[in-house]
Amino acid sequence: MRLVAVTSCPTGIAHTYMAAEALSEAAKAAGHEMEVETQGAAGATPLDPAVIAAADAVVFAADVEVRDRDRFAGKPLVTAGVKDGINRAPELIAQAVQQAEAAPSGSTATEPVPAAATTEQHAGFGTQLRGWLMTGVSYMIPFVAAGGILIALAFVIGGAEISTKVDGGVFEGTEYPGIPNLSDVLGEAGVAGLMYAIGSTAFSMLVPILAGFIAYAMADRLGLVPGIVAGLLAVEIGAGFLGGLAGGLLAGAVVLAMKRVNVPRALEGITPIVLIPLLSTLIVGAVMIVVIGEPIASAQTALTDWLDGLSGTNSVLLGLLLGAMMAVDMGGPVNKVAYTFGLASLASGELTIMAAVMAAGMTPPLACALATVLRPKLFTDVERKAGETAWLLGASFITEGAIPFAAADPARVIPPLVAGSATAGGLSMAFGATSRAPHGGIWVVGVIGSPLLYIVAILAGVAVGTVGILALKAQRGPVEADPEVAAVEPAAAPVAHRAAAAH
Amino acid sequence: MSTIITPELVDLDLPSADRAAATRALAQRLADAGRVTDVEGFLADVAAREEQMPTGLEGGIGIPHARSPHVAVPTLAFGRSAAGVDFGASDGPAHLVFLIAAPASGDADHMTILATLARRLVHASFRETLLAAEDPEVAAAFITQEVGS
Repeated sequence: MRLVAVTSCPTGIAHTYMAAEALSEAAKAAGHEMEVETQGAAGATPLDPAVIAAADAVVFAADVEVRDRDRFAGKPLVTAGVKDGINRAPELIAQAVQQAEAAPSGSTATEPVPAAATTEQHAGFGTQLRGWLMTGVSYMIPFVAAGGILIALAFVIGGAEISTKVDGGVFEGTEYPGIPNLSDVLGEAGVAGLMYAIGSTAFSMLVPILAGFIAYAMADRLGLVPGIVAGLLAVEIGAGFLGGLAGGLLAGAVVLAMKRVNVPRALEGITPIVLIPLLSTLIVGAVMIVVIGEPIASAQTALTDWLDGLSGTNSVLLGLLLGAMMAVDMGGPVNKVAYTFGLASLASGELTIMAAVMAAGMTPPLACALATVLRPKLFTDVERKAGETAWLLGASFITEGAIPFAAADPARVIPPLVAGSATAGGLSMAFGATSRAPHGGIWVVGVIGSPLLYIVAILAGVAVGTVGILALKAQRGPVEADPEVAAVEPAAAPVAHRAAAAH
Repeated sequence: MSTIITPELVDLDLPSADRAAATRALAQRLADAGRVTDVEGFLADVAAREEQMPTGLEGGIGIPHARSPHVAVPTLAFGRSAAGVDFGASDGPAHLVFLIAAPASGDADHMTILATLARRLVHASFRETLLAAEDPEVAAAFITQEVGS
């Protein structure tokens, strides 16, 4: 395997070269070729762009910003401090190899950024932000794929009642007690129940992994704890993936700031091990709960009251509105209000609202999937792979299938998806389609009233969403390489109704 | 003064109370040899660097270092401590201490010598030879030969 590395340190006379030597030796020992660029006081001889282009993975062992890091955009990347380059060189090499192997085959062959372009492109904040988000998304996608497909298959095998059987609740007039002891799930709900339980668990990690690895991309390993905790809290307070995204960015920023603080010598040793994890987690957690959680809860109450006031007025308008809400945050607070509203209507025997909500929740992943097929060049490799799974997830009313797309590029993805879902919701109401099932998507078409028109509504929503995404993305132009994604096996995308549905 | 280190710059029985004492002893040798012009100023620069991040490394070495206007020529002082001096490495105290001094405005050629030295430091055989060196002459000659200056 061919590897490249950059080493740098504050003074540039010792660690830079020690790390370079240690990495070279470790690479050689493991049977790989490696070239190292030492950005030190003896001057840096930049790596030949051809060498970078041919490299399978990149290692940064650096305590100061790597110069011209855009040259390495799109390569599987391992970042570490310069001391790790010295003390743990074989481990870093192994990680780089692992990432190269996990990376989509396309990314290793990405075209090098022409040398002339590197100076101008010097990572603006937008590029950096995109890189952070993509790192989080790429780590999240396998969870989306594993969890989403398991849940979808559970519905296919077990029917629409499978989630109610496992979680408890009322379905079609039958009350299920739920399965409090998970080890009974196979006996009580069968293989489908087992798959649903496993899939739900994988799904519950979506937002924590997204938030954790956004923070990791920003602040390295120290970012993981506050990031993951922020994600868990985002789920807990119902803030959804947008809350997780904000929490991850906040966690990364807090840790970065703390790393810059000069601490007294006596505390130096425990700073990275105890002080930063402790304080950053406390601060980020408090912000999530107090600053974000409180307003979300009251806003949800207000939204619900408002919706209650609207029911009985113009039903198409209500469908448009609920549809838009489903796509705004895909599993977040607004989605949850809309979904809960659908559930409540279902319980009171009003079946059209549930149908509209479900149509609107199916649209986003389908629109994303279709967009990746129509204009693949507008998407990164990771996104295209996510698109493949998004078909199944959308069809199964697992809105989370669109999260990888929305998290990676919110401004260009969310508005079109909202428009598409509003279309689907409005049309579903206009057609008077009904649903007796609270989830299951296309697999519960048997309990849908006016199924053909219902599918028309969904397809129309998909068309609106797809066209909108393509139009906005085309404005930006095709993506080149993914900005330094810490690459992982890209896979799929799941959805949101689980978070919405379960409560 | 063409070599990076001389026997006078080697202390095989380094004061081991703390890293400040060990660094000072080595810095004094550099000053006595005329390679550092102002011990206090140089030590302040070394301490400033040490503040950023301790320079102890796994494998029992400490590499206090600085680029400093008080350094006349790129140079090295080497100390050995049987008891060990804490340089903040996670796996224990340093038995080999390399005080690396670089002029603030050294040209790349001179810096290359220090770069070569740094590269040698990560090799276990290099460290083992210095741990076993019986007198300063042997240690200085070995380092000079390894760095190729």
